[in-house]
Amino acid sequence: MDMKRDYYEDVAIFTSRWIIFWFCALILGLALFPFIADKFLKTYYVYVANCIAVNIIVAMGLNLLVGYTGQISLGHAGFFAIGAYATIVFMAKLGLPFVVSLFLAASLSALFGFLLGLPALRLEGPYLSIATLGFGLTVTQIIGRVEYFGGRQGLHAPELVIGPLHLDSDISRYYLFVLIAVLVCLFARNLVKTKVGRAFIAIRDADIAAETMGVNLTLYKTLAFAVSAFLAGLAGGLYAFILGYIEPEIFNMLMSIMFLAMVVVGGLGSIFGAIAGAVLLTWLDLTLRNILEVPFLGEWLKVMSRSWFSITGVSNIQYIVFGSIMVLIMMFEPLGIYGLWLRMKKYWKTWPF
Amino acid sequence: MTDLLQTLLNGVAVGSGYALMGIAMVIIYKTSEVVNFAQGEMALVSVFFTYMILHTYGVPFFYAFPLAALFAVFVGCVLEFTILRRAKEQNVLGMIIVTIGLEMVLIGLVSWKFGAEQKVMPFPISTYDTLMIGNLFATTLEALTFAIVWVIMLGLFLFFRFSRLGLAMKATQQNKVAARLMGIRTNRVLMFTWGISSLVGCVAGILIAPKSMEPFMMWDPMLKGFSGAVVGGMTSIPGAVFGAYLVGIVENLFGQYAYMEFKSAVAFAIIVIVLCVKPSGIFARHYVKKV
Repeated sequence: MDMKRDYYEDVAIFTSRWIIFWFCALILGLALFPFIADKFLKTYYVYVANCIAVNIIVAMGLNLLVGYTGQISLGHAGFFAIGAYATIVFMAKLGLPFVVSLFLAASLSALFGFLLGLPALRLEGPYLSIATLGFGLTVTQIIGRVEYFGGRQGLHAPELVIGPLHLDSDISRYYLFVLIAVLVCLFARNLVKTKVGRAFIAIRDADIAAETMGVNLTLYKTLAFAVSAFLAGLAGGLYAFILGYIEPEIFNMLMSIMFLAMVVVGGLGSIFGAIAGAVLLTWLDLTLRNILEVPFLGEWLKVMSRSWFSITGVSNIQYIVFGSIMVLIMMFEPLGIYGLWLRMKKYWKTWPF
Repeated sequence: MTDLLQTLLNGVAVGSGYALMGIAMVIIYKTSEVVNFAQGEMALVSVFFTYMILHTYGVPFFYAFPLAALFAVFVGCVLEFTILRRAKEQNVLGMIIVTIGLEMVLIGLVSWKFGAEQKVMPFPISTYDTLMIGNLFATTLEALTFAIVWVIMLGLFLFFRFSRLGLAMKATQQNKVAARLMGIRTNRVLMFTWGISSLVGCVAGILIAPKSMEPFMMWDPMLKGFSGAVVGGMTSIPGAVFGAYLVGIVENLFGQYAYMEFKSAVAFAIIVIVLCVKPSGIFARHYVKKV
């Protein structure tokens, strides 16, 4: 289907003219989205889009780690928390400008990613999962107990100012977040097509074989962790401004699981998959939080909860939905949404046959 | 001195609860190489079932606990039969994701059904009964948990050594294909493995429930038990118990003599350090990867 005839065709970011065309159309659509949402829908959808943009950044980073390098991480909420707290602390307490503190916070997160990557050199499977999980839990515990970071009360995000621009509404923030998200996607797509990306894939497929071929495992495994943590930290810094207020309880283990779910549902080891997973799960997450307000379904659930379950626990339906999506995807379509897309494409390309 | 001994004793007492969860995870990991993140929630379901029959239907303890045990075995078998067996992607990551998904479904169901508020589990022993051993004291519940860990360990040892099913499990674990050729129905063996593991988890849950009972009660014991099992090497039951005691003792010592707040954090830090020195745990034979 996708025949590659020379090396440069293989490493090109845009493989055909049509892809460039659709990419431009997407950018145009993204630029116009706030106006459409403002005119015809609710401004709430811009807020949803902001959350999606942030989650796309994390999913992209996690996908580089889990999908491309094959290292599992159950502690990405930790990096996310580091990014969020560091950004706010740098801005509010040290008075640095936004762009600088966001970059510094993401770098700090990358440093932690590098440190976590060091034990990961020797661990795999269950051992790695418990190490990363422990990291995620530890970060939130430590942040929650240090007074400088606001302790259990949390911190308020300062005003978001870039040069002369005051980004104080969802719509104005939207452009910043979407710009960063698009750049991150392009960066990730570029990365997996370079030497580094090929080294990641080689490590995922067979790390010992990769090492004998001359791939430096120490360098690339820690690099994968660092890049992934950098992106998670970046997203965390942005997320702090969406919420306007952060506390350690937000960055719990469920958040790490959510990030992992996004990557898995979308499709491991594909850029498109990470985006699709982030969009779907973020939207579901925000919708299911107020599931009782969904037309028809909400009423039915209310009646059902009263007679069979408990009305106080209805919000837990989102766990059931997420859990079943994860299980079903793994049972029927291990490549996730990307796998579905591939199958669909193949079906229509060879249609009458 | 008494202080130190008391701290150690508390560590072992807390560790016993973790140990049961650790044993449960090791049983599954040994036979099927699946890291079962849903272990805690499988126990949770059984615990809330026990609560329901005790509290709502007023079944006496004498019948309720065997019923709960049966239910736990049933839950384990059903989950293996309906979900785990059918999962397509048979690698470690895929299985971790399936079990995490399962965990979320189960915790969602339980908290939808029972709500998030604290419940009081009816239990024959009050949590305030204490035993004095010399200068040291422990609650009766802790002593019971400690004893049950050893009974279960001994029971499992005898089970794996002498019973037909236990031997079949051992065979399946060592070489699945060879076991099949010898006429062992490995699929069914795996199913019973899940059943037994769920039973052990259920025992742990029932012993933890009198202290605190809400939908998230099994998170902490499950994670600590898992880390204990990882320290012990993930394939050895005594190793899991040792690791769980280690986690319990370390966190209590640290809580007593250093910072109370960072109690659980330090346990995970120790685990990472142990794993860096011995990547496959203390008790496991060093594994050699096939290329």
